[in-house]
Parts: sequence; C-alpha cells; structure tokens
Amino acid sequence: MSGYWETVIGLEVHVQLRTRTKAFCRCANVYGDEPNAHICPCCLGLPGALPVPNQGMIDQALRLAAALDATIHEMSIWSRKNYFYPDLPKGYQISQFDKPLSSSGRLPIRLADGSMKTIGITRMHLEEDAGKSQHGEGLDAAYSVLDFNRCGVPLAEIVSEPDLRSPEEAALYLKTLRQLVVRLGVCDGNLEEGSFRCDANVSVRPSGDRRLRTRTEIKNLNSFRYVKQALEYEVERHIAVYEQGGQIFQETLLFDSTRGQTFPMRSKEEAHDYRYFPEPDLPPLLVAPALIERARAELPELPWATHDRFVAQYGLSPYDAAVLTDDAAVAEFYEEAAGLADPKLVANWVMGDLTALWKERGVAPAHSPVSPAALAELIRLIADGTISGKIAKDVLPAVAAGEGAPREIVEKRGLLQISDEGALRAIIEEILKANPKQLEQYRSGKTNLFGFFVGQAMKQTKGKANPQVVNELLKKALDGK
Amino acid sequence: MNSTDWTIHEMADALRAGRVTSRKLTEDALARIAATDGKLHAWLTVANDFALAQADAADMRLAAGDATPLTGVPLAIKDNFNVTGLPARAASKILGNYVAPYESTATARLRAAGAVLVGKTNHDEFAMGSSGEYSAFGPTHNPWNLDYSPGGSSSGSAAAVAARHVPGALGTDTGGSIRQPASHSGIVGIKPTYGRISRYGIFAFASSLDQVGPFARTTRDAALLLQTMAGVDPRDATSAPVPVPDYLAACARGPQGLRIGVPKEYFVEGISPDVAAAVRGALAKLEGAGAKIVEISLPHTEYCVAAYYIIAPAEASSNLARYDGVRYGYRSRDVRDLSDMYTRSRLEGFGPEVTRRILIGTFALSSGYYDAYYGKAQKARTLIRRDFLDAFRTVDVICAPTAPETAIKLGERVDDPLAMYVSDILTISVNLAGLPGLVLPCGKDRGGLPIGLQIIGPAFGEERVFQTAAAYENARGFDWTWPEVRP
Repeated sequence: MSGYWETVIGLEVHVQLRTRTKAFCRCANVYGDEPNAHICPCCLGLPGALPVPNQGMIDQALRLAAALDATIHEMSIWSRKNYFYPDLPKGYQISQFDKPLSSSGRLPIRLADGSMKTIGITRMHLEEDAGKSQHGEGLDAAYSVLDFNRCGVPLAEIVSEPDLRSPEEAALYLKTLRQLVVRLGVCDGNLEEGSFRCDANVSVRPSGDRRLRTRTEIKNLNSFRYVKQALEYEVERHIAVYEQGGQIFQETLLFDSTRGQTFPMRSKEEAHDYRYFPEPDLPPLLVAPALIERARAELPELPWATHDRFVAQYGLSPYDAAVLTDDAAVAEFYEEAAGLADPKLVANWVMGDLTALWKERGVAPAHSPVSPAALAELIRLIADGTISGKIAKDVLPAVAAGEGAPREIVEKRGLLQISDEGALRAIIEEILKANPKQLEQYRSGKTNLFGFFVGQAMKQTKGKANPQVVNELLKKALDGK
Repeated sequence: MNSTDWTIHEMADALRAGRVTSRKLTEDALARIAATDGKLHAWLTVANDFALAQADAADMRLAAGDATPLTGVPLAIKDNFNVTGLPARAASKILGNYVAPYESTATARLRAAGAVLVGKTNHDEFAMGSSGEYSAFGPTHNPWNLDYSPGGSSSGSAAAVAARHVPGALGTDTGGSIRQPASHSGIVGIKPTYGRISRYGIFAFASSLDQVGPFARTTRDAALLLQTMAGVDPRDATSAPVPVPDYLAACARGPQGLRIGVPKEYFVEGISPDVAAAVRGALAKLEGAGAKIVEISLPHTEYCVAAYYIIAPAEASSNLARYDGVRYGYRSRDVRDLSDMYTRSRLEGFGPEVTRRILIGTFALSSGYYDAYYGKAQKARTLIRRDFLDAFRTVDVICAPTAPETAIKLGERVDDPLAMYVSDILTISVNLAGLPGLVLPCGKDRGGLPIGLQIIGPAFGEERVFQTAAAYENARGFDWTWPEVRP
C-alpha cells in the first residue's frame, strides 16, 4: 500500500452473552433449537408484556467492562431504538444510547512483530438481539418465516476508537477481543452462529493529517478473513477514489465474500431515524459500587497476561506462548500438563501430535480424549527411558482410544524396554548356543558379526530390549570375559 | 331488593351470611347487562359462561370458608387488560380477533381473591380519548343521560358501575381516564401512585404515565379493590417495592386536622360555574367536619397540557409500533410489499385519534426535534412534579375539580381534538407527577349531570386520599342516588 495514505479503522462488535436466560424475560438463551421453541409474551412483544432486566446479563457485562479496563457507570439508562422490521416484534430494540453502562476502556493487542499496541474502547453497552427472518430457499416466495428464539438474547456492543491502522490490526483486535470474551466465559465466540459479530468503520487520510476523512461502514462481517478482505478492498477503493480526484460518501456497505467486494446496502435499509428515547418501562440501571469492585477483583488472568507468564514461567518462546494461549482450553490443558512433566516437551507435544490428534478427531481441546495427566505420563516415560520417543507416538492414539493410561498400554502391549541384565543374559546365552558357527567366526576375528547378534537379541525381545544393556552384555559374552 | 344495587361490601356480607350465592349475583349482573346494555354499550365482551364458572368456583370457596371480601363479587374489566381466554383488543380494530394468552397482574390478583370477571368494557381506542367516542366499536352512553358521554377513556367501566351492572370495575388512567369518567358518571374512581399497581398485562399507551385503578360506587369499595391489586410485582420493573397500608382503616379515620390545599390555578377561566360551586361546596363540608382549607399554588400548571401531549404521544408512538400486522391482529390484504403491509395495516387498523397521536409522537421524537419537544416536555414535567412536592410540604391532600365541565354531548367535540385535549387540564398533572388521585361525586350541574371532587395525595399517600374521600362521603349530607337505566 502506498505510504502516502494512512488507514483508519474502528470496529463495532456485538457479543452475545452466555446467560442462561434472555435479557428481559426468562426464556432460555440457546442456539439451534426448533424455531420459536423459546418465546414468551415479553420477547414476542405481545400487548401488555414488560421487560425485566436479567441480573446475569449485567454481571457478565460488568466482567467484560472490567476486563476492558473501562469506566463503569453506577447509573446508565436503557433507551429504545425504534425501527420497523418483522423480526423486531416490539418495533423497537431495548438498548443504551447516551448513557451507556461503560466507556473509556482499552484492549492491548500483540502485533505481528511481537510489540504491543493499545486500542481504545469508546463504549460498551447492553442491548437485546432481534429474531431471525428467513426468505426463499425452499419457502413459498410469497412468504418469509420468522424465528424468535434469538429475539431478546442479551448483546454487549463494544465500540472501539478509530485506533486501528490496517486490516491486519483490525483482524488482530477482533481475535484478541474474541479470545477475551471466551476467556471470561461471557460469550462462546462462535462467529458462524453469530454470537460474535462485527461492523467496521473505515477511512483513509494522508499520513500525518489529523483530520479524519469520510468513513464508510461495512456491516455483518462474520469471519476474521472477511473482515480483513473487506477492509483491504475498501481501503484500496478509498485510495483509488481520492487519487482520481473523487470523493467518498458516508454510506453503509455489505461485503460480498464470493466476489471479494463491498457494495452499498439499499438506501432504504439505512435511512433510519431511530428516534431514541429513554425506555419508560425500565428504571435507570443502577450498579452498586461494591458490584463494580467485585467484578474487577474477580477477573481471571487475561489472555495477554497469561502469554507473558508462560514466557517467564515455562521458558517458552513468545511464539509458542502465543500458540498455547490462543485458546483458553489449550492454555489450561498446557498448564496442567506442564506442572507434571518437562514444560518444553509438553509444549512440543501439545502443539504437535496432540493438536494434530484433536484436529483429526474433530474434538475441542476442552474435551480432549487424552488428559493432561496422561500426556505428562507419556512424556515422563520417554524421559526416564521406559519407552522410546518413537513408541510414544504409537501410544498416544491408544490413549485417545481409551485403551488405558500410557504405562498400562506400554505394559499391556509389552512395549516396556527390557533392561533387566539377568533376563537379557539368559537370552544372549541361548543365542550364542544356537549360533555356534557365527560365534566361532566372530571369535576368530570377524567382529562385524556383532550386529548380527544384536539383531538376534532384538528379534527375540521383539524390539523391547534396552539396546545399551544388550550391547554391554553381548560384548562381555562374545569376548568371553 | 335487587342485588345489582348492592355495593361490594354489601355483596360480601350477603355472600358470607349465605343470603345469596355468587351464581345469583352473577346471573343478576348478566341479566341487567343484557337488559340495558343495548342502550349504554358499556361492554365489548360479556363472557357469560366464563363468569358463571368463576361464580361457581367462588361459591365453593365460600362454602369452604376460604373466602376473601371479594370472593364471588362480579366485576368489569376494561378491554385493554389481558384476561386469559377473553378477547383483548384495546377497543381497536388493529387487534383483529386477538384473544389474551396470558393474564395481567391486576386481574390475576382479583381472580386470586375470588372476584368474578364478567367481561371486557368499552373505551377510547388504546385509552386515547376523553369521551369514549374514539372506540372502534362505537361510543358508550352516559347512564345519567343517554345523549351524553360518560367520560373517557374508561367509558364502559364507568358506565357499567354507574348503571349498576357490576359494583366495581377496572380502568386505566394515563391522563385522567379513570378520574374524568368517574366524575362524569357520578361514581368513585382512583388512579393510584405510579408504581402502586403493576402494569404487567395492560396494553401500554404511555408507559411512564399509565396506571391501573378501580371504579366503585363507594370509597370503601374502591379502597378494597385497590388493596387487593396493590403491591410490587416482579414482572413490572416500574412497580414500587413500597408496603401496602390498610386502606379500609384509612377510610375510617375522619377529617379532623386534615390540611387540604386548594390550587388557585385550578379555578381559573373555563371552569363551569356549576362545577366550581359544587367543589367549593364540598370543601365547605370538609371544613365544617374539621379539615383545614388552605389556598396553594401549582405555578407550572399552564405547561401540563403541552408537556403531556408531547410525552404521552411520544411513548405511544413507540408502544404501538408492535401492531404491525406481522404476528397477530389485523393485516391488510393484497399488499405489494413489506412497507405497504405496514402502512396499510396500520392506517386501516388504527382509528383517527390513535393515528394522530402516533404521528405527533413520531414527530416529537425525530432527530433534530427531540430536544425542542420531548426534551423540553421532560423538563416541564420535572417542574410540575416539583410544584406538587413543594405543595405537600404544607398540606396533606389537594382538592380540585376533576374537569372544567360536566359530561359532553356525544358527537359534540369529536372533531375538535384540541378542545378535547384542553379538557384534560385538571387531571393530567397528577399523571405527570405520578401521584394518586381519587374522584367521588360532589353534586350535579343544572342539567342533572354529576360533578366529581378530585382529591390528590402525595406519592404513596393513598391513605390520606381515602381518609379525605370517606370523610367527605360522611359529611356531604345527602344520599347519592343512581341513575335509572330502563331496558
């Protein structure tokens, strides 16, 4: 990209909170059930129904705000955002407008070169999700169908400052934010199912200019890849327009992932005057200072802190630490195993064979068929010479298949190295007896037959003989000492 | 003696003494409705079987000795309440054949006490109106004079009680919709403090102003109904966790030492001489009985109508957005597309007054106008609320007329919305301030139409309001008679 232009990006992320019930009623907050299995007068907008805020939603939002190091307001205001759409049953969305739950936060991201950059968070507020409309595809063209299971599910909207300077940074910000919400347990972070959704605002300006130029907004970006592709396309477009002496107009765009292009939403869809006003069915949201304190005090270790600790505590490279802390379940798995065996060996096994095994079997690390203790046991078996590294690679799938603990499998399959001198001496004596000709030849100077005897010993023990011990004993026996 | 002439307390006594059954009371009510409602049109739904089933259940409860004072008493419910299994249309065409799938908290509490809900009453569509004439199903007639409106918006509930169809009824009051029809129909009605009764299950008009309240023919009956419904409800975040005192005990307290404020701004031009005289007469009776009358000022009264007619339509424009033809209710046929479906369903489904208020409210909330309208109206509201707080530093209750005039003739003002709005001037301040206001009859005008005395209390000061009302009932020196409504 030409060095003349500087990219300016700000992101709005909608995070579906993982509450047991919806934001303002007691319907279950679950994804994927039969359409309209979780609805009630409130989330269906029936006449007379009233919203009652879910305390679980507020608790999760406080955790998130605390993790973003944001100011949490003891009083915030619920507002109505009014617009007509069939999947919005009340004709308004309960949201927060001029007095959000929190503001002025920040999120540290690790750039490709390993350096850290802090991205400002303008605000984080709570709102309710809409239902889902479906058109076409196997349906009578004259109809659309509606599923209100998602309607009323709590969302935290996190708005960043325009601090991101490239599509890569935007993608890193999103990955870090996703990692954070998953780590906090407030969101499952599933982009495909829509529990983590992103809108991007982008503009460019000549480097060094302080004034922001007109921005465009790209809506509904549902994968990290699309975010990057859409922003790259849009940045190029802005630059091309300016370089041809044109002008960028503020508009709302969608991204066509098959063509790799952005295109404007129909103007009707964006020409909203939302007529925000304070939600009269809900008193102001009051959060006791003690609750804010508790949210801050009870924060778990945040992903970027875990990363730094892995480097310091386990002597990992920043790269390995990044790989191992990317997924909280992997980090947790790693730590448990690293406490029981050599941390560096554990890192290699987790990133290598184990990750491959998880992928191959399509299981989440949280449901790993090999426990951290089992992995550690396997690594210890190599370290203390009980089995070779090569045999360990065969043992791992057997552990995953539920055949038992690593040592058990090694013993059951007879994979234990035979190091017992008495046993090996008896085997060697028999070999010498059974091969008098070769013994004769060896003793008459054909010492390269030594390998033949080692091979016989390995054959007799099915490869389990400890090679070192066999060598020593053979030497003694052959040399007649 | 005809059981429909009995008050709630008289019915309760008779039921417990075994002199009558709930089935008999309910059958009498249904018979009187059938005989006279053709002239009144107080009812939109008369649920005979539904009512009789409740009556039989009440009789069993009475027999089991498990009765409350309301057990077996027939009541009327305004059509903008959800009563499971009954049509609920807020007197609007836009609800189509909607049947309530769940129960409002207010009616649930009445039913838990054993009351018999007879059906749903007529009112101005979505409770928007002051005469009952904006009902999509035609107007209700005043039992005192069938050419006149019984007041509104709770026209049917007021007429049903005045005509002795039932001894008590529920209404809602957003700007006077209980108190003004109580005044025009010569009965008792109270709008409690905002948050005193749950709004869960009532069709929202203006959420920050709406309150549920009862109609009855005596103060004590109204107190009993309020007692049964009041109290915090976990389903309504704006209901107040304030303990509910004994309102019947308050009715027995007498007027000695009561300081009654009379706002000078409420006796200005436009008040009919008959109304002013009746209210002054009532105040004199109270003074004679031992209360102290003090003139007070509510200086921001002049802003009430303007503030109210911004805030109420603004909230209504949002509250009524859900009636869009998508999920339930009326949907226009042969529409071109989604936008056409919305526009035509709503234009055809809503009546002219509701449409007018949605338009006003939408405009008032529009970007660029918000501060000048909604924002400013909220500031006025704060000043109005402060007026009352100041006044209640020196007085226990405030007494005033309920409306500048007595009931209007049907058709007289239906095409003059502004005149209709201005007539709400004496009731809407109480909603803007969230206070309790009770109305009870204090006389008639020269045409024989009732005049109501309005008693306003401080927030959660219903006890003082009942105390004053009951004291006046005892002191007024005449037996209030009820209108004959001939079949």
